[in-house]
Amino acid sequence: MSKRIEVNDLNVYYTNFLAVEGVSIVIEPRTVTAFIGPSGCGKSTFIRTLNRMHEVIPGARVEGEVLIDGNNLYGPGVDPVLVRRQVGMVFQRPNPFPTMSIQDNVLAGVKLNNRRMSKTDADDLTEKALRGANLWNEVKDRLARPGSGLSGGQQQRLCIARAIAVEPDVILMDEPCSALDPISTLAIEDLIEEMKQEYTIVIVTHNMQQASRVSDRTAFFNIAGTGKPGKLIEYDDTTTIFSNPSVQATEDYVSGRFG
Amino acid sequence: MTTAAATTIKARQRPGDRIFSSATVISGSLILAVLAAVAIFLLVESLPAFVAAPDEFSGDITNFWSYVGPLVFGTIYSAILALLMAVPVAIGIALFISHFAPRKLAQGLGYLVDLLAAVPSVVFGLWGIGVLAPLVQPFYTTIVDWFGWFTPFAGPASGTGRTIFTVAIVLAVMVLPIITAICREIFLQTPLLHEEAALALGATRWEMIRMAVLPFGLPGIISASMLGLGRALGETMAVAMVLSPSPEVIFQLLTAQNSNTIAANIALNFPEAHGVGVNILLATGLVLFVVTLLVNMLARVIINSRKAFSGAN
Repeated sequence: MSKRIEVNDLNVYYTNFLAVEGVSIVIEPRTVTAFIGPSGCGKSTFIRTLNRMHEVIPGARVEGEVLIDGNNLYGPGVDPVLVRRQVGMVFQRPNPFPTMSIQDNVLAGVKLNNRRMSKTDADDLTEKALRGANLWNEVKDRLARPGSGLSGGQQQRLCIARAIAVEPDVILMDEPCSALDPISTLAIEDLIEEMKQEYTIVIVTHNMQQASRVSDRTAFFNIAGTGKPGKLIEYDDTTTIFSNPSVQATEDYVSGRFG
Repeated sequence: MTTAAATTIKARQRPGDRIFSSATVISGSLILAVLAAVAIFLLVESLPAFVAAPDEFSGDITNFWSYVGPLVFGTIYSAILALLMAVPVAIGIALFISHFAPRKLAQGLGYLVDLLAAVPSVVFGLWGIGVLAPLVQPFYTTIVDWFGWFTPFAGPASGTGRTIFTVAIVLAVMVLPIITAICREIFLQTPLLHEEAALALGATRWEMIRMAVLPFGLPGIISASMLGLGRALGETMAVAMVLSPSPEVIFQLLTAQNSNTIAANIALNFPEAHGVGVNILLATGLVLFVVTLLVNMLARVIINSRKAFSGAN
């Protein structure tokens, strides 16, 4: 179920503004890849192109190709809806559906594909997904309560459970811990470590310690100045990026000299 | 005394604060005072109607309750029919404006809908008589021919088309703008986070609307419907002009015999009413007041029962 992502020379535009330029990157299955870089350098924009979520923003478009196990996401006739069922996403702020119970939140994506599900199947899947997100023990007694009643960290794990319930090939995380306290952040980081057994994980983070803790590979993005496009500066093993980067800008960034 | 003065620290009262806070208090109490004044007026003036002699009522009606019964029925029947027609259309228009239409078209359409709200109700009445009734009359004949076995559609069809169903259509057009406008505002406020959550799970646009927009907007849709219902219940001119009333409970939608509504009945009979007759009409007004109040309370109860899932926490 885990798949390989290959991006070839990708440009991302907002209407006529070139936001990200010439990104080529290969992400191996069953790894955690972190995107780091200063604000506005196009990390979030780029990660959204990996499941075509950038199309939600009016005027956003891409040039180039993104291959998932060889299939181009931007090929003719590819339905973005089906892409997003393969490539799940977790957002910066926890966003469980407030009008749904915890269980309905977990099953929200599954019910899109498979409307009729027996109650036992639904319960089994709920338990599996919540266990997968390390949330089962905390919520098993209140599955019918609203998801918005949980704490921020629990809500984010609920969102992860919702994403893994549809059994995607890849999970994208756009600063998943930036709205959470350190304890909840730790819980999510542990979870990422476990999830990489089964999924390809891409995570955008502002927190360099987090990148060094959870990721196998790290990509550093940077911009030359405001109004200039963001570029992929360096992509290597996390240990290399943090101990012995080959580009000066990367070293300046990871050592805290700017950004 | 000095120690007490030292422990209680009083904020300095600035004139601006005081003026503003008194202004809000006055506005707040004003609404209560007006409401109380209207309610007391209605209650006091209605009392003679409840004990009115049987000969004060026209026809073979002998007491107030059998007089007001068909009117209450007609009022609620026409208003509910109007809502049944208006709410789905309003939600459709609102969704189109908020989530489907290109931005420029959406703006223009929004103005057009608001413009519909600016049409005076007497114009809607004229339109109902002059345009709508003759237009729909042939359809009524067909419906009665085909579905006459179903009580609301039983014949004989009205020859003029001026039936309670026509009234309901006119009312639906009248309440459409307010329901649409509120729904549109609510739908636009759906948090982008929730819409993205649905889309990221692989929802199509319609599925996203069902998962995120409609559940989020439900309390708003209910409130909007209740506002529309309030307007439909109280609408006078359009109903009075279109309908030829008879003082009975009539379920048939398409016949020449129709129950009247409270507001239209007051408008029709008030010019000639005198003595206890005036009190009787005012008492029907009180009943309308109570019906509207009950409808609003019901809406509150519905909204509150789903409070935990509203996302407000």
